Amino acid sequence: MSRVRVLVGTRKGAFILESDGKRERWDVSGPHFAGWELYHIKGSPVDPNRLYASQTSGWFGQVIQRSNDGGKTWEAPGGEKTPEPGAMPPPASNKFVYDSSAETGKPLTTHQWYDGTQKPWEFKRVWHLEPSLTDRDTVYAGVEDAALFRSTDGAKSWHELSGLRGHGTGPKWQPGAGGMCLHTIILDPSDPGRIYIAISAAGAFRTDDGGKTWKPINQGLRSQYIPDPTAEIGHCVHHVAMHPSRPGVLFMQKHWDVMRSDNAGDSWHEVSGNLPTDFGFVIDVHAHEPETIYVVPIKSDGEHFPPEGKLRVYRSRTGGNEWEALTKGLPQSNCYVNVLRDAMAVDSLDSCGVYFGTTGGQVYASPDAGDNWAPIVRDLPAVLSVEVQTLP
Amino acid sequence: MIRVVLPAHLRTLAHVGSEVELEVEGRVTQRSVLDALEARYPMLRGTIRDHVTQQRRPFLRFFACEEDLSHEPPDAPLPDSVASGKEPFLIIGAIAGG
Repeated sequence: MSRVRVLVGTRKGAFILESDGKRERWDVSGPHFAGWELYHIKGSPVDPNRLYASQTSGWFGQVIQRSNDGGKTWEAPGGEKTPEPGAMPPPASNKFVYDSSAETGKPLTTHQWYDGTQKPWEFKRVWHLEPSLTDRDTVYAGVEDAALFRSTDGAKSWHELSGLRGHGTGPKWQPGAGGMCLHTIILDPSDPGRIYIAISAAGAFRTDDGGKTWKPINQGLRSQYIPDPTAEIGHCVHHVAMHPSRPGVLFMQKHWDVMRSDNAGDSWHEVSGNLPTDFGFVIDVHAHEPETIYVVPIKSDGEHFPPEGKLRVYRSRTGGNEWEALTKGLPQSNCYVNVLRDAMAVDSLDSCGVYFGTTGGQVYASPDAGDNWAPIVRDLPAVLSVEVQTLP
Repeated sequence: MIRVVLPAHLRTLAHVGSEVELEVEGRVTQRSVLDALEARYPMLRGTIRDHVTQQRRPFLRFFACEEDLSHEPPDAPLPDSVASGKEPFLIIGAIAGG
C-alpha cells in the first residue's frame, strides 16, 4: 500500500509526519534542527529519499540541509568536518552570492526600498527549494532579497540565474511586508526550458530558455495599492499553482484576488467569484482533477486570520468563480490562525489528500479531497511550509 | 591549543561539545581563530561571519577574559591567556528575539 510523508517547516524546527494510505494514524518525528526556522523542506521527485531543507536563523544566517534517507539523518552538504587541520575546505552549501560578473551580472545592484529609495540587494534567507524533475542533484532556491539560484551538485554550491534580476525591471521590485522574497518556483514537466517564479512584491515571471532570459507575466493583474494598479511590475503575488498535466494553466493567489491564466501567464483573469474574501496566501490544485482548486480565504492584509473566526478551505471544481466552503473537521468558531503561502500541498493517492498548516501549529489533513478534515498534529510551532510525498 | 566556546545552536550544527580546541598557526587573532575554526568545521562558514565581507553577524559577539572584543580589529592580537589556552574565546549569541 502506498504511504505519504508530510514535510513540515516551522518557526522552531522541522517535523516529518508519516502514514499509510488510509491517512488515519500518523507517526511524527522531530523537531529536526530545533530552534531554527525551517522555511521549506521538499523531496526530489527522482529520489524521494533525497530531501532538501532551508534552515535559517536571525543569529546564524542560512544553512542548507540534505537527507538521503527520507529525513532520518541530515547533513549540510559540503560542510563535513575536515579530516585534518589545513585540509582544503569543500564548497559551502550556504553561500548564496549574487552574480556581479561583467559577463552576466550587469549592474544588478539596487531594488526599490519601502520609502521609494534604491537599496542594494542583500541575501537574507532561502524561502523555497524546488528539486529538479529529472536529476536528484539539481535543485533551485528562491531567496530573499529576490533572486533564483541553482545547484547541480546536490546543494553543495549555488549559482545565481542572474538573467532574472538582469532583465531590466529589478530597480522597480520592492519588498512586501515579509521581505522581498522569491517564494514560488514551478518547473514545467513538459518543457525543461520553462520555469515560472513569483516574487513579493514584483509579480510573476517566466523563462522559456532554462533561466537565461525572463519576462514579467503580470498582464491582467490589478493591484489598487500601487501607484499604477495595472503596472507590469509591483504586484504582491502570494503563490502560484499548476497541475502537471496542464502546464499552461496557472492559478494565483494574489495579495487580494484569486487569478487564473490559460496561456502560461501571458494574461490573467480574476476567478475570485463567491469567495467571502479574496485575500489569502495558499492556492493548490487537486492531484487528479486539474479544474479543482483550493484556497484558504483570510480576512484582510490588516487582519491575518479567517473571516468570522471560522477556518474554511474553499474548493472550486470549475477552475474558479464557483466556490464551496469545506468545514467538516475544521474549527468553526474562535479560530484566528493564518495559513502561509507555502503551507498547503496535495498527495497523489487515488483519493487525493489535501494538507495545510497554520500559524497556530496545527497541520490538517483531508484524505478525501477536502470533504473531511482532521488535525494530524495540533501543537507545533507556527507552520511555515507543508509539502507532501506520495511513496510506493 | 586555542579553546573556542560556541553558542548552543552552532554546537549542534558542528556536532561538537561545549568547547572546541584548535591549532592556530602564527598570531592568534579573531581572524586566525575563526579561519581555523571554519577550516576544521566548514559547516560553520557563513554562520559567524559573512561569507563575502567577513563581517561578524550582527547578533553575535566575541568575548574573552570578561571583555567584549566584538569591535576590536579582526587582526588585533587576542589576550595572551587566550593564545596560551588558559582562557577560552567565547562566541555569544545575542539574547534577543524569540
